[in-house]
Amino acid sequence: MGKLSKRVAIVGAGMSQFGRLYPLKRNPDLWVDAWIDAVKSVDNGIEPKDVDACYVGNYSSDLFNHQGHLGPQMANLVGLTPKPASRFEGACASSGIALRQAIIAVASGIHDVIAVAGVECMNELPTSLVTDALATASDALFEYPAGATFPGLYATVATAHFHKYGTTSEDLMRIGIKNHENGVENPFAQMQRSIAQMMQRKLKKLEEQGKELPDWKDEFDYLKSASNPMIAYPLRLFDCSLVTDGAACVFIAAEEVAKNYTDTPIWIAGTGQGSAALSIHDRDDLTGFIATREAARQAYEMSGYGPKDIQIAELHDCFTIAELVALEDLGFYEKGKAAQAVKEGETKRDGARPINTSGGLKSKGHPVGATGAAQAVEIFKQMRGRAERNRQVKFEVERALTHNLGGSGATCVVTIYEK
Amino acid sequence: MTETEKEFTIQNYLEFIQNKKLMGSKCKDCGKMYVPVRKLCIACNSLNMEWVPLSGKGELAAFTSITVGTPYFIELGYDRNRPYCFSVIKLEEGPMVSAQLVGVDASKPDTIKIGMPLKVKFLENELKGETKTDLGFEPA
Ligand SMILES: [Zn+2]
Repeated sequence: MGKLSKRVAIVGAGMSQFGRLYPLKRNPDLWVDAWIDAVKSVDNGIEPKDVDACYVGNYSSDLFNHQGHLGPQMANLVGLTPKPASRFEGACASSGIALRQAIIAVASGIHDVIAVAGVECMNELPTSLVTDALATASDALFEYPAGATFPGLYATVATAHFHKYGTTSEDLMRIGIKNHENGVENPFAQMQRSIAQMMQRKLKKLEEQGKELPDWKDEFDYLKSASNPMIAYPLRLFDCSLVTDGAACVFIAAEEVAKNYTDTPIWIAGTGQGSAALSIHDRDDLTGFIATREAARQAYEMSGYGPKDIQIAELHDCFTIAELVALEDLGFYEKGKAAQAVKEGETKRDGARPINTSGGLKSKGHPVGATGAAQAVEIFKQMRGRAERNRQVKFEVERALTHNLGGSGATCVVTIYEK
Repeated sequence: MTETEKEFTIQNYLEFIQNKKLMGSKCKDCGKMYVPVRKLCIACNSLNMEWVPLSGKGELAAFTSITVGTPYFIELGYDRNRPYCFSVIKLEEGPMVSAQLVGVDASKPDTIKIGMPLKVKFLENELKGETKTDLGFEPA
């Protein structure tokens, strides 16, 4: 138990543009864009005939697009009919699960190459209904009737964390500021703009309108102002990830065939998945996520690595508090110590262990079911030294990690990668 | 069937709340308490459960003040200018529950303190001409 029966690698990975793209792009368009980008990334080329199955991660096309049964639809669009095609659902961890199931299937020997898809087109619904659709990932019987929204549940975790560890809103703001600075360097990101740039734009607009200019000394003043409205105390608009349309594609290959596609595959060192009670009131600890700790435990054990060995990571920052808590649940920092490390710049692109070089869900965007696969895309690029613009980290990345969290933390998938 | 012979279902739990009673189930074998009720004890795998009334006393474990609410709360009249509190309450018997927290100023969340003592307050919410009782809590 707890071991893959053979080595498995990523031989290609790519993504569509992320953004508010509906109706210009719908699920089929987004997925084909991601597939084309992933095919381009395979050094020696890959064709549909090389691919044995298509595993699709998608949270809720049913609610967003009135469309179920995405597996065969996506497979057909890229020439994989009549091969096996299935959809996997675990809220925002859907394509993390699809990736993990593809790894397991390839390790089992039943398939040699699997195309993992992550797809979500959220903007077909107005924002209020998107929020409501996301709330179905929490407990509909007892949390929702008590008024819980999706941001509200993470906000509740935040107040518990603030109370126990003295965490502050500024600690969360630093995470948003950092992730936006990374997103500027990602041509696929939805919001390629830093918080400082957004503040300057706002000031310029107010000046043009002849309005009185606010006394903002830095981004923190801007983030504490009415320009950044409260959504669910203590989380403000800029603590929340974006409503995004997007897709990602990852090719998983068995060790016997991986070298046919590239001389520099990225190997899967470990995979883990954990769960928790759906309602946060049924969990012993409100300041962290047991599903993350369990997924991490499995992935570390399988890989033989520990938190100290991980050089970069893509963490599930659906809300700023989620990135802070993940830093602790993954063992990168002791409980209550992550905020100080963030303050000291350790998680910045030039820090000791860069986190979310892609811009994260906060700036790159969060097409929920596509996020897990998109995290793997960033790791694939960083480990091969091919991240666009100025966001390639300045050291050789030997080991990396992705953390994909579902709903209000009831599902988590952790994947560890090595060269 | 007497009240305490009712099956441990969600519907029966909710009916108790409609009648302004907070009830849980208690495992007769290991003593673990469940609110909302469960039929199967996940601590010891027993089916030997009984209904028990809760005191309705507890303390605030975590909360948020929500300015962008759910459609139900928007219909109840909450909005950006009138936020409401979603809270997790640790009952004195042990289990935690989710409920609206009333009797606090949700527009001043800094004044709401984790650990503050609370007591149950059944909320009669009127929606589309029908009265519904929701579980709520208020400062004790
Ligand atoms: Zn028991």
